[in-house]
Formats: sequence, structure tokens, C-alpha cells
Amino acid sequence: MSSIEERVQKIIVEQLGVKPEDVKSEASFVEDLGADSLDTVELVMALEEEFETEIPDEEAEKISTVQAAVDYIKVHS
Amino acid sequence: MSEDKKVALVTGATRGIGRAIAEQLADAGFFVVGSATSEKGAAAIGEYLGERGTGVVMNVADDASVADTLKHINEAHGAPLVLVNNAGITRDNIMLRMKADEWSDVINTNLNSLYRVSKACLKGMTKARWGRVINISSVVGTMGNAGQANYAAAKGGVEGFTRALARELGSRNITVNAVAPGFIQTDMTDALPEAQREALLGEIPLGRLGAPAEVASAVAWLASDGGGYVTGTTVHVNGGMFTG
Repeated sequence: MSSIEERVQKIIVEQLGVKPEDVKSEASFVEDLGADSLDTVELVMALEEEFETEIPDEEAEKISTVQAAVDYIKVHS
Repeated sequence: MSEDKKVALVTGATRGIGRAIAEQLADAGFFVVGSATSEKGAAAIGEYLGERGTGVVMNVADDASVADTLKHINEAHGAPLVLVNNAGITRDNIMLRMKADEWSDVINTNLNSLYRVSKACLKGMTKARWGRVINISSVVGTMGNAGQANYAAAKGGVEGFTRALARELGSRNITVNAVAPGFIQTDMTDALPEAQREALLGEIPLGRLGAPAEVASAVAWLASDGGGYVTGTTVHVNGGMFTG
């Protein structure tokens, strides 16, 4: 079983079409990884599916970096 | 179950234009979920669709009803990839006499419903990288009509919504269009007084009211693969009474 970090990284690579080495924990989806607002919504949808959780809109808006995604999943799954 | 057919949701599908749309989408091979406001209406939809679809009860003017119904549709049949926002009401009155609820009922049912139902369907379409949103407007949305300030405002809003959403979702292969019928033979127009009906026909170059099926075929085309390069527009089906 891969770690939460690895699973999150894999989803980000797939959804945003970026290189794994660019998915650093402090990386921002929009500023560093070139995501637009629709991409970030889709990313959240993919995280919800992978971790079988539902992320409310007001929480989803706060998930703007790789670390924030990992932290959210650690607390909520 | 809908097996591998795409699911199409048509709101307000009990009769008139909505029914014609549901029937033509079923003919085109979609699994059609038609909504009605009553159990009786939903049963009628289930009856005319047979195995090609089903009827559900949903009040598009109510947040909880839309959320519950969409959850049920997603679980029972799969996420709708075609959405036809057709449900609508009229509460005609001249502005000087219009009650606040005549205004707000029409805006809520005919315009706010697009926020509720479309939002609930967009995740599925985004995920599928394929979707069709088709909003039923009216010629009144562009021409205006005395006694229908509320209805014209809602339909004008529908067309603005259509253009904005088309721009938002184009990158995900989701098209968003409106179809604006003119005067169509339905219960709504059967209620017109004879004199008004005659006057109306004089304004229509084709000299007759339209048939619900003639609106539905425009919708079916927009939903088809052949309609895939059309987005953000309004298709007018009005016998020539308004040429934009």
C-alpha cells in the first residue's frame, strides 16, 4: 500500500499532466503546476474518488497546494 | 439500469415540448429520465417511455428536491450527460399589476432552476469529458412580450447563462446551447383567445403554430454527435416571427 503522499502525488500527475518531480509539497496547483480553476475542481473530484471521501466546497477552496491536499486527506480519511 | 446508453435528463417532461424532447432523445438512443412535479406525472412519463427511460418526481424550484432526485438518478441510472432544462411556468400579468410572487415564482422556476439542476449535473459531464446542456428559452426572451416581463426576464437570463457556461466548459467538451421556441401548439397556447390567436398567426411568416416535435428535433440535433461543434448559441424555432 502506497502512502497518502504517494497516492496524492500520483493523482496530481494524472490530473494536471505534470512531472512527478514537480509535485513538491509546497507547490501551488495554480501558480506552480499551471492548473486553472476547472482543473482544481477536477483534482478535488479525483481526490474524493481515490480516498472515498466527500470534500465540501468551502473546504475544497482551501486546498491550493500539494501539502494542503495531503493534510486534508490525513485528517479526513 | 441504463446499461451502456448515455443518460439524458429532461425536466418538465409530462407533456408538450418536454414530452416531445424526451421521446426524440429516446428515439436517438439515450436512456431518458423525465421529471414531473407529481407522482401522476412521473408515472405518465414512465408509461410513454416504456423501457427506454423512466419518470421521476422533482420540483426544479426546490433545492432539496433537486439534490435528492439527482442523487437517486446518479445511483440508479448513472450521471446524466445530456441535460435539457425545459421545466417552466408562466404567471402573466402587466407590470403595473404584477404581484411579487408572480415575479419571483417565474424567476425561481424558470431561471434559478438552471443553477440548481445544471450544477448538480456538471461533475458527471466533466468527468466524462462529454456533455450537452440544452436550455429551453423562448422567443419572448429576445423579443419581449407585453404581460410577460417576468417570463421575458427569466428567458433572457437563460440565454446569458447559456453563453457564459459555454465559455466555462468548452475545454471539457461540454456544449451549452439554448433553443428558443416561438408559438408552439401546446396546452399553454391552446388557452389563448381566438382573436389573439388570429393576430398572432399574422405575425408568423410560416402562418401556423409550431409542433412540439419541431422544437424537439432541434434539441435532439444539439444532443447528437453531429451537433458537437455548436456551443453558446440560441437556436430559434419560431416560424420566422423573429429573425435575430
